[in-house]
Amino acid sequence: MEKHTLSVLVENSPGVLTRVAGLFARRGFNIDSLAVGRTDRNDVSRMTIVVEGDRSLIEQVTKQLHKLIDVIKISNITEEEYVDRELVMVKVGAEPNQRVETMHIAGIFRARVVDLGRKTITFECTGNAGKINAFEESLRPYGIKELVRTGKIAMLRGNKFVSVGGTSRDDEED
Amino acid sequence: MTVAEALVQCLERENVDTIFGYPGGAILPVYDALYHSSRIKHVLVRHEQGAVHAADGYARVSGKVGVCIATSGPGATNLVTGIANAYMDSIPMVIITGQVPTSQIGTDSFQEVDITGITLPITKHNYLLKYPDRLPAVVKSAFHIASTGRPGPVLIDIPKDIAQTKIAFKYPTSVRLRGYKPTYKGHPSKIKEIAALIGKAKRPVIYAGGGIIASNASSELLQFAEAISAPVTNTFMGLAGFPGDHPLFLGMLGLHGTRYANLAITESDLLIGLGARFDDRVVMNINTFAPKATVIHVDIDPAEIGKVIGTNVPLVGDVKLVLKALLPLLEKVDRSEWLERIRSLKAEYPLTYSRACGALKPQFVIEQLWQCTKGDAIIATDVGQHQMWVAQFYKFREPRTLVSSGGLGCMGFGLPAAVGACIGAPGRKVILVTGDGSLQMTMQELGTMIEQGLDVKIVILNNYVLGMVRQLQEFYCEGRYMAVNFRFHPDFELLAKAYGMPGYTFKTEEDVLRGLAEAIDKPGPAIINCIVPAEENVSPMVMAGSGIHEAIDCG
Ligand SMILES: Cc1ncc(C[n+]2csc(CCOP(=O)(O)OP(=O)(O)O)c2C)c(N)n1
Repeated sequence: MEKHTLSVLVENSPGVLTRVAGLFARRGFNIDSLAVGRTDRNDVSRMTIVVEGDRSLIEQVTKQLHKLIDVIKISNITEEEYVDRELVMVKVGAEPNQRVETMHIAGIFRARVVDLGRKTITFECTGNAGKINAFEESLRPYGIKELVRTGKIAMLRGNKFVSVGGTSRDDEED
Repeated sequence: MTVAEALVQCLERENVDTIFGYPGGAILPVYDALYHSSRIKHVLVRHEQGAVHAADGYARVSGKVGVCIATSGPGATNLVTGIANAYMDSIPMVIITGQVPTSQIGTDSFQEVDITGITLPITKHNYLLKYPDRLPAVVKSAFHIASTGRPGPVLIDIPKDIAQTKIAFKYPTSVRLRGYKPTYKGHPSKIKEIAALIGKAKRPVIYAGGGIIASNASSELLQFAEAISAPVTNTFMGLAGFPGDHPLFLGMLGLHGTRYANLAITESDLLIGLGARFDDRVVMNINTFAPKATVIHVDIDPAEIGKVIGTNVPLVGDVKLVLKALLPLLEKVDRSEWLERIRSLKAEYPLTYSRACGALKPQFVIEQLWQCTKGDAIIATDVGQHQMWVAQFYKFREPRTLVSSGGLGCMGFGLPAAVGACIGAPGRKVILVTGDGSLQMTMQELGTMIEQGLDVKIVILNNYVLGMVRQLQEFYCEGRYMAVNFRFHPDFELLAKAYGMPGYTFKTEEDVLRGLAEAIDKPGPAIINCIVPAEENVSPMVMAGSGIHEAIDCG
């Protein structure tokens, strides 16, 4: 089964996340990853949802999502050229003998140190899921104390957009 | 004016003439505003479930948006079953609930319940009103969403303090919903493709559902069927969407459908699905359903297409508009062979029941009911065997004359829905066919019925048993009858008397022949208690796992 990345524009209204998450839960669709944030417009948020499933399942997911009044636009960007990123923060032990090695690994992955304490060091790394996974695996032998991933965000390449168009709305739904 | 007053204004602008409801603390400001409305009639029910089912019945017969109202907490939760019912059957409805004041939301305050959270999966959309100024736009949107596209219930939850807030009232003339744009017109090239397929088909069958009723497409359906000489089968929700006495009519299909409908589907080479959703009680076994047919599926809800079965020609659109566009493209094809086959299927496998044993058979009562009314009545039902006998033996003539809970199969729907239907279709004869189990679920609404002076005839097919479940236990539990037999019933004649209406008890065919017509024709409400055998089964029946062509006789 393939993974599909849906870029979903929704009204930036309270409850919209519950509506979408609830829909996935009650229809038995599994969310692989979900990232939510506002777009360049105050009244519109974007959900990047990764779903695993065959064509017909993805079609149902898309159609059911469309039925939600707060969902404005859905695009299965997996069908086109796109770039995707994820951000991870990993906290590992920083005993003096580990430090150099972990920093070396971080260098290979172009990760940055965002916090350094007496006992721990925290890296930040961005990239696609494959890179993030590899980074995580490389650090695992050193003892991962905590790991936070944002979930995938994605965008079409070139002169193609998943956007609402038009001007910002004055009368928002609630 | 206050938000509550503005709400009443909005309802008046939406031409709401009746709302069904039950008051309480959190909804007090709205009731206070209703006090001053001369245009809106408020029907006080006896339980909020009654209000929501009544609004539903009202909507089903009138085609208008049904409106009901309740207070926060228990008032709101009492609506839940009825909202789910309306959602499953795509009934346009606006539900208004009071909510605790904004400052108390989220604190488990007295009579607080998250009704927008609870109803999320059973409403087409819902609103918790947080900004007083938004009220008019929210109400406008709610009515728009409820009544357009695939209809459904929309709930508006109004905190008490918001209801009391003053706003400048201006009712919007249009709605702005960028995420909601139903497709009405079918794609022209697809319509041409369908016309071509029909032209080539040898054994087409039209499978028409509730979408025919919702889009008021009955007359187009009739023209369509006659134009292409194709037999028509209805889903339960589609009943009354095609004349029950028409030679092309196959009756209902599926679990308790006619054998000839199920066999016609099985032999068909072109299945034309119109406003139907290939429900599990229709399809039964997906692998053997319409095995030889090319499938055309027309529905206004894109999510229904391809949900259950693969479709060869999907078409999103309003059935009425699609049929209108299709009609001029159709060519007359000689299908005498297929129609001959249909005639012989009907002759070979008629819908029957045995009258031999001398007892009063429920099917006989339905047939006589049809004789008394000639199909010119609104029939409300509850859920169970009696409902299926109505579907099988009452020949509906006109759309919106069957009021029954299809998708949810909700016992207790009948009486309050009949109340709403009676108000929604003034001057029409309304008959409730119910079971002794179902009636007792919402029997308190007899009070509403009498208080409102409604002429509803209540026909109880009284078998002293939860008949449909008994039937399931006979076939699936080897006759271990558990929790289905009633050891006590009220005296229904006396009950009628207690509510000041006549009560009749019929025990034999002679009783019915002698008394039914008179009881039905006499103006005013009545309870007609028909004592029928507990052992009678709905037949034919398709056992779980079987295909619709493998129905068994269980009469
Ligand atoms: C609210 C609700 N509870 C339970 C059921 C399950 N159920 C389906 S039919 C039926 C029996 C109905 O009995 P009655 O109303 O007497 O009608 P009959 O089948 O005897 O005609 C039951 C319990 C249901 N459909 N709805």
